[in-house]
Amino acid sequence: MYNDVVYFALNYRGVLMNLSFSKEDQEFQQEVRSFIEQNYPSEIKEKQDQGIPLSKEDTVKWHKILNDKGWLAVNWPEELGGTGWTITQKHIFQNELAAANTPTLMPFGVNMCGPVIYTFGSDEQKEFHLPKILNGDIWWCQGYSEPGSGSDLASLKTKAEKKGDVYVVNGAKTWTTLAQHADWIFCLVRTDGSGKKQEGISFLLIDMKTPGVEVKPIITIDGTHEVNMVYFDNVEVPVTNLVGEEGFGWSIAKFLLAHERTGIAGIPSLKRELDRLRDITTQIQVGEGSLKDDAMFMSKLDRLEIKLTAAEYTELRTLAAMSAGGHPGPESSILKILGTDLQQELSDLFVEAVGYYAHPFMTEEDLASNESRIGPDFAAPVMPHYLNYRKVSIYGGSNEIQRNVIAKAVLGL
Amino acid sequence: MDFSLTEEQQLLQDSINQFIEREYTFDDRKKFLDSEKGFNEENWKTFGSLGWLGMPFSEDDGGYNGGPVDVMVIMENLGKGLIVEPYVPSILLSGKILADQGSDDQKSNYLHPMISGEKIITFAYIEPQSRFTLSDCLTKATASDNGFVLDGYKALVHNASASDTLIVSARTSGSQCDEKGISLFLVDTNAKGVSLRNYSTIDGGKASELTLENVSVSRESLLGEMDEGFTAIDDAIDLATLGICAEAVGIMGKMNEMTLEYTKTREQFEQKLSQFQALQHRMVDNFMHYEQSKSLLVMCAAKMNDNTEDKKKALASLKYQIGLSGKHIGEESIQLHGGMGVTDEMHIGHYFKRLTTIRTLYGNSDYHLSNYASL
Repeated sequence: MYNDVVYFALNYRGVLMNLSFSKEDQEFQQEVRSFIEQNYPSEIKEKQDQGIPLSKEDTVKWHKILNDKGWLAVNWPEELGGTGWTITQKHIFQNELAAANTPTLMPFGVNMCGPVIYTFGSDEQKEFHLPKILNGDIWWCQGYSEPGSGSDLASLKTKAEKKGDVYVVNGAKTWTTLAQHADWIFCLVRTDGSGKKQEGISFLLIDMKTPGVEVKPIITIDGTHEVNMVYFDNVEVPVTNLVGEEGFGWSIAKFLLAHERTGIAGIPSLKRELDRLRDITTQIQVGEGSLKDDAMFMSKLDRLEIKLTAAEYTELRTLAAMSAGGHPGPESSILKILGTDLQQELSDLFVEAVGYYAHPFMTEEDLASNESRIGPDFAAPVMPHYLNYRKVSIYGGSNEIQRNVIAKAVLGL
Repeated sequence: MDFSLTEEQQLLQDSINQFIEREYTFDDRKKFLDSEKGFNEENWKTFGSLGWLGMPFSEDDGGYNGGPVDVMVIMENLGKGLIVEPYVPSILLSGKILADQGSDDQKSNYLHPMISGEKIITFAYIEPQSRFTLSDCLTKATASDNGFVLDGYKALVHNASASDTLIVSARTSGSQCDEKGISLFLVDTNAKGVSLRNYSTIDGGKASELTLENVSVSRESLLGEMDEGFTAIDDAIDLATLGICAEAVGIMGKMNEMTLEYTKTREQFEQKLSQFQALQHRMVDNFMHYEQSKSLLVMCAAKMNDNTEDKKKALASLKYQIGLSGKHIGEESIQLHGGMGVTDEMHIGHYFKRLTTIRTLYGNSDYHLSNYASL
């Protein structure tokens, strides 16, 4: 009995699971650090550290700096301008960027449209778009949700009718992030209304300057203009802007959602913000001491930190599994839920920490102005951020949808 | 970074699972529980011959040089089978102390026969007032002509009645909660003045309340240096904490599996329970609790040999999480089983009971959260 383990009992060599960085990884970490130190523009850093909203130019500037170094399209195939980094290197890179509080780059081009085009696009699309995405010459936005299609994305109605060598597009998209700055939009459109709702959807690239495209702002509860309605009124789009075949849009959307969910956890930034909150607790006076002496509050912070560590290692385990098995699967849904829960809980703890000074209504203009802020500097962005972050459990497939995905794809329900 | 198990660790895992499948059905387990010792001695010898008992010890001590990851693999899989053999008290606590503190003679008289499965040794350190504070020790050892005399009371000594020898912590100097002044002694279970009040624990285990009255032990019974026993206790409890957390992860994984299976079978309102979205989402939350626990377990196993603060922080995070997730998964699993979940007949309740005792063992979530805060 158990002959198969006799070998083991006689020759066992315990090997410690290795989670530490190799010498090469440590050198890489140093290289990233020095690069950021030498190349992160001080005027952008200052804005970031003070919670002043960045302009499009600021973001593009940082985008170009990373691209010039060849460190922008981290996940792209090497021959297309990717880095060819190991998972550990990617992890180190994201952590260092977040620790230095560099600008969050818009994901729509590099992380979303780019991978779709190099995976499913025509040679012409690749030649035209990929260099412009890398250069930051074209700013993309995402046309998915519609007024009648939120979580039930496949019910979308924006219609694209083929007439000669153009599609005529009619309909409306909503929650379109930063469409007011965008040059192009990638859209899910309905090219066929007859069969199963998922089957008649296509993926179309549309130049925002095309006649008939109109952008209208949606102001959110934090008082900012981040999202928009985008209307299409007889917009003529060349048929060469279709990605993949007609009716292939839903498959592309699923491909993209999985990609979108992994980065969505935002764990490196969470670590930085949690450390910052710890630091802020020493600056907030409570009686003769500081908030740091408030055991009830600090215990919430500790609990959040442990939850963050658990999420971090869940992400690392997922990445390790991915490196062995290819694309991210439904596991990324767990990270979306864990990460966004943490983002929301942390934003709430900031509000709790600053007490009454979360109440003054600070608009983006107030935050950017030279006039001194009401209350401590760190208090001003806290409430807008809390309000803004209600979105994270709703976008990218609401957390309820993510639970449906896990129930079906992981638990087999 | 590498999270994968080595081929040998994979083999170890397979061998435990095979053993459980062949020798440890729930009916078998019930027979073991109902026996006088509360476990099966043949199993214990099998564990010895398969190398599981020697895993955490160095080759010089007669072991297999296994590290924390190997302990994790063993305990996680023993957890899945809800094994009641005394791996934690004997191997992870007493074995660790003997390996760290034992003289050559003590090792050959106690550790070696323990590794081969011939001797069982438990560790008596909890006192009624000590709760989770390891330095809280009122039991006294007084020097005498030939050695020491022990007096005091120890609570919840696991598997004491089946043990040949007890390792007893006793104060040789200092006051109640001082770390310095605690010494460790090897005490024969049958020695004069040792009395055990034996009982079953709610999770299927056996334990005893131990009274020491004028118990004389020789000078050679002192384990490690006089007054310096605290570090040995602390290190052993750390290893055992990793062990029971791994066991809990194994249990939680199994409970999730059983709950999924049950809801896929049970029908109400002409539908399988698994088709109700309200229930699906709760099972997803159970699954996420499991994944978070598993992630911290893996992290902690990898950090056990790091510097003390990193290790302590990892352990505190892990045990806090196990307390939290153990409660969540435990209670939700029972609820999702409905009325059947509270019957003795179903296996789920037995897993729930072990998971519930693990939540308290070596400090509950609050205790570990406050440890975390102090680091």
